[in-house]
Amino acid sequence: MEHLHFAFEGGRVNAERRAAQIVGVVASGNLEVLIESAPADPACRIDVNTAANGFARIWEAVLGDFFERHSLSHVRISINDAGATPAIVTLRLDQAVESYARGRVR
Amino acid sequence: MNVPIAEAPVWNRRITALKHRHERVASRLGPRLRGKVVPTDGVVALLEEVIEPGDRVCLEGNNQKQADFLARALTDVDRTRIHDLHMVQSVLALPEHLDVFERGIATRLDFSFSGPQAGRLAKLAGAGKIAIGAIHTYLELFGRYFIDLTPNVALVAAQSADREGNLYTGPNTEDTPVIAEATTFASGVVIAQVNELVERVPRIDIPSDWVGFVVESPRPHYIEPLFTRDPARISEIQVLMAMMAIKGIYAEYGVDRLNHGIGFDTAAIELLLPTYAESLGLRGKICRHWALNPHPTLIPAIEAGFVESVHSFGSELGMENYIRARPDVFFTGHDGSMRSNRAFCQTAGHYACDLFIGSTLQIDLAGNSSTATLGRIAGFGGAPNMGSDARGRRHASATWLAAGREAQWDKREAPRGRKLVVQVVETFREHMEPAFVERLDAWELAESANMALPPIMIYGEDVTHVLTEEGIANLLLCRGTAEREQAIRGVAGYTAVGLARDKRMVDDLRKRGVIRRPEDLGIDKRDATRDLLAARSIKDLVRASGGLYDPPKRFRNW
Repeated sequence: MEHLHFAFEGGRVNAERRAAQIVGVVASGNLEVLIESAPADPACRIDVNTAANGFARIWEAVLGDFFERHSLSHVRISINDAGATPAIVTLRLDQAVESYARGRVR
Repeated sequence: MNVPIAEAPVWNRRITALKHRHERVASRLGPRLRGKVVPTDGVVALLEEVIEPGDRVCLEGNNQKQADFLARALTDVDRTRIHDLHMVQSVLALPEHLDVFERGIATRLDFSFSGPQAGRLAKLAGAGKIAIGAIHTYLELFGRYFIDLTPNVALVAAQSADREGNLYTGPNTEDTPVIAEATTFASGVVIAQVNELVERVPRIDIPSDWVGFVVESPRPHYIEPLFTRDPARISEIQVLMAMMAIKGIYAEYGVDRLNHGIGFDTAAIELLLPTYAESLGLRGKICRHWALNPHPTLIPAIEAGFVESVHSFGSELGMENYIRARPDVFFTGHDGSMRSNRAFCQTAGHYACDLFIGSTLQIDLAGNSSTATLGRIAGFGGAPNMGSDARGRRHASATWLAAGREAQWDKREAPRGRKLVVQVVETFREHMEPAFVERLDAWELAESANMALPPIMIYGEDVTHVLTEEGIANLLLCRGTAEREQAIRGVAGYTAVGLARDKRMVDDLRKRGVIRRPEDLGIDKRDATRDLLAARSIKDLVRASGGLYDPPKRFRNW
């Protein structure tokens, strides 16, 4: 098990005040993504709990591209990963953002 | 003067040897031999009298059908009498195929594919128990059966035989005709194990005068269901890649004659034909003619009217009744069951198809691909013949010409077509093994096993497209090795190879359409859901077949 933490500053899309969303499942080769509003903190913070050790550099690249695509601010994202490939991680993150954006405003 | 008198040349040694083989059997078995029929418990005696030390022996190991009873019998022969055999067989599938080496009965091996025995084969070769001549493709090995690896004895499997020795192989004819022809017409002996002796065979797949002896097996021969993929295990990423293949390659080039390698990636394409391809208006325009084993995942496309014909290398367990009910699509005998033939289907796949698509384990920066990994000598099977440009091809098709035009940048050269050879891989396999590497494991395997060549499955020069979840790299459009390398890096995702891309060059390749992302093809990744699969489970496939498909037990979970 490895715990990684990433913080991306300067996001242009303020994503606070929406209902938390969870997508995916923690099953082998899959992952669970939770997005929550973080009104007090302008960053986009991402916590990763992963079953596979030694892939920090790949997480950094995958999440860096994710931030470039969506440029979110005021959110906290938690990932429970059970050995998903970067393709699945990317897909789940995009799905999570999509359902989060559609979710009701708190 | 004392001139030595030259001995008169002898031209019929093989026929004489054949006579002796038969005489020895007749004298050992006596009245227990009835015509060509040997009693089941006389099988070891039969092999001991027919086979001579140093013989080349083909023990029919196909992809699916196995001469398992004869394989077991061969491990039981007296090795003080039978030794130094040279095994020449396409597939090493059963433990017995290697037991004959471990027991000192055989010493040399020429083969094509060793899937399930790959690890043990590497160990035995490393320990000096097996001298491997070469690893072949199926067609190469079959070719050598007629040149310098002609079997003296062939041990084959059939469904049934009559008293004369006519063989009915049923749907899994596979390699039997080519083995029997090479052996019998070079004065060798063909021995067939059969599941049953009958008055009259349903059809004659191998005529009796090609068959030396027939022995009834105590159990039906083993058949491996190799080509069944459960749709339940197809991922969304595979759906996405299948959409890209259909829209970015099949529709683009109008691919109408093709072969699919086995795997979940290609199963996803088959299951997207009646849904996604239909929605693009492609029915009747693509995927009508196939060189393919009867994949259960092709059933929905057949039922939807996409598929006009399928010729098969072998059959697939559970598909018998479905095939029987679709004789316009499959090649069938007058008895109603399928007739497969690996040699002819390989020829068809090489010369008569415009596209091959398949997965692999590793791709390097030149596009070479390999399924070899350290400690496993797995062989090639048919992929190199399916997945290579047919340099001897002379007939044109729109697809073949379109690919050829893209490849030809010097317009003064004579026009020539190209076969589309697509490698489809997710950038990381399970357990985060990268599919893209700087150097194939095949090189290290070649060094450690003392091979003349690294076992490369498909050479980069034959690959036309590399398809991953990140995009399609069209290697036909690359000019020079540097572009080719960046095109491959440009679809290699977050692998070390992908992260080391030259971003500017990759952007430029994308502008030129050498690299195309899903969005460049008008594909929204969010549409790539399992709902697009025409069947999402084995049960769905049974339903789609109108109950005709009868899956093996291990695929039933209801």
